[in-house]
Amino acid sequence: MDIKHLTAAGLGRKIQAGDVSVREAVEAALAQIDQVEGDVHGFVTIDREGAFRRADEVQKLIEEGKLTGPLAGVPMAVKDNLCTKGVLTTCSSKILHNFVPSYTAEAVKRLETEGAVILGKTNMDEFAMGSTTETSYYGETRNPWDLNHVPGGSSGGSCAAVAAEECFYALGSDTGGSIRQPSAFCGVVGMKPTYGTVSRYGLIAYGSSLDQIGPVARDVTDCAVILEAIAAHDPKDSTSVGRKSYGFTDTLTENVAGMKIGIPKDYFGDGLDREIKNRILDTAEELGKKGAVVEEFDLSLVKYAIPAYYVIASAEASSNLSRFDGVKYGYRADGYEGLHNMYKKSRSEGFGPEVKRRIMLGSFVLSSGYYDAYYRKALRTKALIKQAFDQAFERYDVIIAPAAPTTAPRLGSSLNDPLKMYLSDIYTVSVNLAGLPGISVPVGTDSKGLPIGMQIIGDCYQEKKIIQAAYTVESMREYARPVLTERRREHTCPAFAESGRECERPAFTEGIEKGGW
Amino acid sequence: MANRISDETIEYVGILAKLELSEQEKEAAKGDMERMLEYIDVLNELDTSGTEPMSHVFPVNNVFREDVVTNGAGSEETLANAPVRAGQSFKVPKTIG
Repeated sequence: MDIKHLTAAGLGRKIQAGDVSVREAVEAALAQIDQVEGDVHGFVTIDREGAFRRADEVQKLIEEGKLTGPLAGVPMAVKDNLCTKGVLTTCSSKILHNFVPSYTAEAVKRLETEGAVILGKTNMDEFAMGSTTETSYYGETRNPWDLNHVPGGSSGGSCAAVAAEECFYALGSDTGGSIRQPSAFCGVVGMKPTYGTVSRYGLIAYGSSLDQIGPVARDVTDCAVILEAIAAHDPKDSTSVGRKSYGFTDTLTENVAGMKIGIPKDYFGDGLDREIKNRILDTAEELGKKGAVVEEFDLSLVKYAIPAYYVIASAEASSNLSRFDGVKYGYRADGYEGLHNMYKKSRSEGFGPEVKRRIMLGSFVLSSGYYDAYYRKALRTKALIKQAFDQAFERYDVIIAPAAPTTAPRLGSSLNDPLKMYLSDIYTVSVNLAGLPGISVPVGTDSKGLPIGMQIIGDCYQEKKIIQAAYTVESMREYARPVLTERRREHTCPAFAESGRECERPAFTEGIEKGGW
Repeated sequence: MANRISDETIEYVGILAKLELSEQEKEAAKGDMERMLEYIDVLNELDTSGTEPMSHVFPVNNVFREDVVTNGAGSEETLANAPVRAGQSFKVPKTIG
């Protein structure tokens, strides 16, 4: 038995049975990190010492019968925009290069209560702004399926680390597709729950009305198990919702008989890669053979989702990111003159180009004279998009869509054209605007050997339906893992190389070992 | 609707955003914003009259609680992240003459 190949729930069972110790599980993950991290670079921070210390603690609690859950002792990783007490949290930005939170995010805390062992913090697009993980200040993450391709983003580090078997599962966050799109690119299962299902307390905010934390895992079962652990009403997040039922593992059944599945025609037109289109429509057909009622329909308003999303997300970002000013934490520039100059210099030197671009756009659309024309217009569009989904869900249990228009692009091919990069979110952003749950599940690979992800979207609070559909899709094929023995790296992101600096590491913090850069 | 982003607009947005841009960055920002806004203008095709702006998808109301302190003091941990501190305070440049 090779421990690293196990699913999180599979490993959890072996740990409970005493077949594998927590320390052995941590050793297996760290050995894989040693093996592949130099190529993949999924992590910003690796906390070996903390992981071993925690492993011994958890082992003891398991032996005392105090930790009996499915995730007890399972090593995992956390996206670097979730606060972890005492462990560096950078948001992959220079401006937080030395930030050590004094508290832990609620979602992470809930996993710790279940006995999770945190291996480290995963790389991401700076402040979750990007679709490729190339905007990270600490260098890009590479796709384990082909090291010359991006892992997607912004949760690219989490998805790549799970695919490369450096951890058994990870947490990500999804503002416009940041869990589902990289999960599709890396051939793993990633889920964005209904807005408000998982507390955002301790998540460093990007677009607060859109942000949601969710699981990244090797299979649908793990996804459901992790969601059960992290979903809960939290008084510390005023947008947190109390759910009637949290039994997300109840519908892990291979059964779609009578399920009504809608295929939005407008998601399968121009711009969608033909191989992805065929693979997803074939999968829908297979679901039909298993008894689902599959039907095409017009969702409408598709082309308005991205412009509305960028107005709203940038507006919220410009407000949320005003807290980074060099006063209470993070980077402070040298040689400033007075308070305002200190703010400006610290922010200008601390933020990368994509973050500045969105703060500028957000400040513009919120400025007087433009607020109605842009910001309020986008909020009205959002209401119409929500209505379109409401109408669709009167007829369908779930909607099937691509997760992205292409498979993972090559490194360096996206950043020079921001608008083109934004368009790659076309199938995912509407789900955030409407607050819906969505899951990406692997459905094979294209002719280049890169994974294809299928997105299953549900109505608000209908996670159980998408889990059931995803579980059925997953049962149709064997789990595929990337082959990492063949080193094919020949490329460094040109945007990064042009910046003329070495790949930097975050500031050293006592007891915390950094990733392989 | 080209050239809606003048030098003055970029200057003004820079002030709102608290960002100090180099001349080169300003030019780039002008181009980027122009292109984005042109793209965003597609929203004008949509008739949204009679549609209320939706800030949250669920009818969330203000959430109130008793004003009881539940977290501990923790000021030392908080101050540990200060770029510059003076005793129990964050130190910033002088703000009043």
